[in-house]
Amino acid sequence: MADTDPTTDSAAQRPTMSRRRLLTGGALAAGGALAGAGLTWGVADREPPAGTADPVSFGEQVEPFYGPHQAGIATPAQAHASFVAFDLLPTVDRAALGRLMRLWTDDAARLTQGQPPLADTEPELALLPARLTITFGFGPGLLRAAGRSDQWPEAIGSLPSFSVDRLQPNWSGGDLLIQICADDPVTVSHAQRMMIKDARPFATVRWIQQGFLHGRGVRGDGQTPRNLLGQLDGTTNPKPGTPEFDAAVWVSDGPEWLRGGSALVLRRIRLDLDDWDRLGRAEREYVLGRRLDTGAPLTGQREDDPPDFTATDESGLYVIPEFSHIRRAHVADPRLRMLRRFYNYELAPATGGPPEAGMIFAAYQANVQRQFVPVQRKLAEADLLNKWTIPIGSAVFAIPPGCEPGGWIGERLLA
Amino acid sequence: MRKRMTRPARRTPQPCTITLAASAAAALLLLGVPGCSAGDSGAASPTPTPSATSSSSFAIEDPWVKAADEGMTAAFGTLVNRGDRDVRVVGATCDVARVEMHTMAMQGGTMVMKNEPNGFTVKAGGTHRLEPGGDHLMLIDITKPIRAGDTIACTLTLDDDRTVDFTAVAKPFTGAEEQYDPDAPDSEHDANTHNGGH
Repeated sequence: MADTDPTTDSAAQRPTMSRRRLLTGGALAAGGALAGAGLTWGVADREPPAGTADPVSFGEQVEPFYGPHQAGIATPAQAHASFVAFDLLPTVDRAALGRLMRLWTDDAARLTQGQPPLADTEPELALLPARLTITFGFGPGLLRAAGRSDQWPEAIGSLPSFSVDRLQPNWSGGDLLIQICADDPVTVSHAQRMMIKDARPFATVRWIQQGFLHGRGVRGDGQTPRNLLGQLDGTTNPKPGTPEFDAAVWVSDGPEWLRGGSALVLRRIRLDLDDWDRLGRAEREYVLGRRLDTGAPLTGQREDDPPDFTATDESGLYVIPEFSHIRRAHVADPRLRMLRRFYNYELAPATGGPPEAGMIFAAYQANVQRQFVPVQRKLAEADLLNKWTIPIGSAVFAIPPGCEPGGWIGERLLA
Repeated sequence: MRKRMTRPARRTPQPCTITLAASAAAALLLLGVPGCSAGDSGAASPTPTPSATSSSSFAIEDPWVKAADEGMTAAFGTLVNRGDRDVRVVGATCDVARVEMHTMAMQGGTMVMKNEPNGFTVKAGGTHRLEPGGDHLMLIDITKPIRAGDTIACTLTLDDDRTVDFTAVAKPFTGAEEQYDPDAPDSEHDANTHNGGH
């Protein structure tokens, strides 16, 4: 699951391997079992007749589903996301949750590999996964329904209220979450529909938050995405494949069922872009503590230059202001940083007027109380950016570890 | 900043899936199914990934059943004949219901379901889909609710007396509310519509 260094990954040196290449290339001659390619849905279903279309590039790319950690966390952020929270029906108990998670695990294992799940009524929409990942999260209500509230980790606990919060119930909470990410919005939509359909006997949708980053291929893979404030967002994220990432993101203590998992804090943050418009460029950079063009700290030249919080200007003031966002949000110990995997959102109002814009702040971490909470406290106390960033939704989910073929997500809690 | 966002597509093997690849000419090519065995039909079954016997040259892949509280429902999947002669499915049983083999036919502008007493024939090296709106296994008078995520154990009988055991997982499904033709031969149904059944 951990990302690999391209210099040591020979696969990275060659052109991207696609399903089509696998199915039509040497793998056939070798006679190997291409398990997962599916029985009745093959290349012929996804490939238009020769000459009618340019070759597919990103559509056929797949992310692995099975592994020690769930996909969709260390996975490089896909262009589109949908977060769907569910309320469990009152009749749902631990056995029912097991049935749901077995169904969902099978759905996700197939969908992410470009195969229609069982009973897919639009199977053609499943054939281009575009790096689809489906990640499952459990809220405290799920553990209650399962009779396992004692297994809710103290390291997650619950969030205190913050002075900046303007939380709306219809964007907050939830017993169960699925995060669906892919480089294609049609893929996300189809996966979302399948997952919601299979949840019908168990749960109702509480809220859906859909978001986007730059389209895949619009900017170079690996470049930090911009949010709708124009800011490069995620510069100091832990790097997958490093010990710092593993320590920061994956749970290694507490209740056994969550080890290898993570904790997600999902905040819906409305942006007051109209008021942000009043600020000049220098003022914006003063608020952020970084340059807008390069993302470099105000004390540096390059995005990845470490900020120098001690540097002062000729008048003796900090170059990175006292109440700037990066100073308030800074976490010195990389093992205590959160993995921020944000998405932009923009909602067209139902009845005219300007859209509402914002960001879906999805932060993965091993310990919410040691990672998210102290940072958010500092930000709530005195972050200049608070004036333009209003939290309107909040939810916390335990993210169970991944599973191997034959297993299912949540098995260690629910079996 | 991440160093790399492109990663090569990787194959993640799934445990019990027969693999078929199709050439541009749509000719089907079988690649074999090593290590795939009949699944555990009990609740302890680790995943609902359907199972099929692979020891024989005939199997049903991706079997599933429409969840239902009572009455009738239907099971689906893809019949796969890896042998070198045509095979006919002549009978089917499940642990929770009596089973009939049904087919669908257009009758007066409506798709109507009919009993198929001769069963389903699968050509040598061919496949035959059982799917909503098409041929299917009809489960009559289920003896207990089949809840979403449950699995049921079924057996197909072939024309050479071989049997094929399989486990079907129950999916919530709202489609396939076909009309049933009460005048069709060998009918034992007492209703002409399957509501909530199949």
